[in-house]
Amino acid sequence: MIEFTSVSKRFGDGPLVIEDFSLVIPAHKTTVLVGSSGCGKTTLLRMINRMVDPSSGTVEIDGTSVLERDPVALRRSIGYVLQSGGLLPHLRVVDNVATVPRLNGVSRADARARALELLDTVGLDRSLASRYPAQLSGGQQQRVGVARALASDPNILLMDEPFGAVDPIVRAELQQETIRLQRELDKTVVFVTHDIDEAFLLADQVVILEKGGRIVQKGSPSEIIENPANDFVASFIGVDRGARALTIKQTPHGRVLVDDAGRTQGVLVEESAPARRSEGSLP
Amino acid sequence: MNWVLDNLDLIGRLSLEHLRLSITPILAGLLIAIPLGWLAHRYRLARGALLTSAGLLYTIPSLALFVIIPPILGISYLSELNVTIALTLFVIAIMARSVADALDSVDGNVRQSAVAVGYGALRRFFTVDLPLAGPVILSGLRVAAASTVSLVTVGILIGVESLGYLFTNGYQRRIVEEIFSGVVMVMLVALLIDLALVALGRLAMPWARRPGRAAR
Repeated sequence: MIEFTSVSKRFGDGPLVIEDFSLVIPAHKTTVLVGSSGCGKTTLLRMINRMVDPSSGTVEIDGTSVLERDPVALRRSIGYVLQSGGLLPHLRVVDNVATVPRLNGVSRADARARALELLDTVGLDRSLASRYPAQLSGGQQQRVGVARALASDPNILLMDEPFGAVDPIVRAELQQETIRLQRELDKTVVFVTHDIDEAFLLADQVVILEKGGRIVQKGSPSEIIENPANDFVASFIGVDRGARALTIKQTPHGRVLVDDAGRTQGVLVEESAPARRSEGSLP
Repeated sequence: MNWVLDNLDLIGRLSLEHLRLSITPILAGLLIAIPLGWLAHRYRLARGALLTSAGLLYTIPSLALFVIIPPILGISYLSELNVTIALTLFVIAIMARSVADALDSVDGNVRQSAVAVGYGALRRFFTVDLPLAGPVILSGLRVAAASTVSLVTVGILIGVESLGYLFTNGYQRRIVEEIFSGVVMVMLVALLIDLALVALGRLAMPWARRPGRAAR
């Protein structure tokens, strides 16, 4: 469990970028911080592994303040996935994945063997192991980034807009992979995005942020869609438009759901099926 | 052409001597420029002071340096050390800026990501920042190396033998072939060092080759 208590942050003499932020992030769940750029979501994420220290307030992991931990050791114990992978361009894929075990003193051979297993885990062919990051596609780089974050088997996985720089088709693949991995590995995932659809897709808990890291609403995706806290949330998540503003249309073959543009989005079935996430299986 | 054939031994010996006199300042200058370049990269105030003085240093004529250095360091005017120190200073003058620019050129996201996965500061500098700055440092070093090879010739004016001997001797004795062979050999030594640097760069930085190609 990660707990923020009354956390504030200002950089230098600047304005408060985070103002009195408190949040409990439950273990073994995916919490998505979502908001427009400048809302402080990345700053909050970086407080967990001490890339940023709060000006006041505390951040605790399982009851221990992160400020009591050595920052370098703390970071090695937490997986971190950055936008566009954040891979080290001068290391081969296998060595990128092996980075954290190597930093922790694992022998090169063991770290590489583990790295190859992780390539399997994230659905990458082992033949890519000896490539350099620049020789991979954006989606492949991102998978390597995830493999690297998992290499030391951390309990916590921080993901900072990891799929922001890949095209929509690859992004959809990677999102499904993330869901699959989370189901298999059961990590505490903290995910930052500005894409509300991504948030609803991945999250157990969605936290919608405004400027200053102010929480506008938090809850499960269903709770938020069913009962947006205010007009800002309603408009941000788009309940009044697109595929979320559905109307029932009677057709000769049964009732269907139609979006605000008049396109049919689905069929209304009598007994609502148990909510279940799609099974992404990818090459 | 006769002069050249009659003096192949001399030309060979002077070329080797020239090579030796060139390599020390190139390596020493690079090693000293790395911490200086890091300071300039890291601290804005240091950058202005360091890089301006480095730039000014390069404008001092080499002959003048040969006169200034000995009294300051208490060494002989007519010594090889005098030449080596002066040329090292010129390499530092070029490389301090080059190293600073090279470190500036390292992608901030990559640096952040190294911090995020748990590199300590020192290890990050030597295993992430410095290697990634490598290609830019190397291109600076190639310029510094060529400059050094040509400046070594000036050492002959204080009696330090190099291919420069062929210039002064050939000029005094009006042997055009001798002067010309000196020019050609200086160019060859410079070319040799440049090729060696490029080859070392390829070996040490295989990742820096154009992306998209197969790994091997």
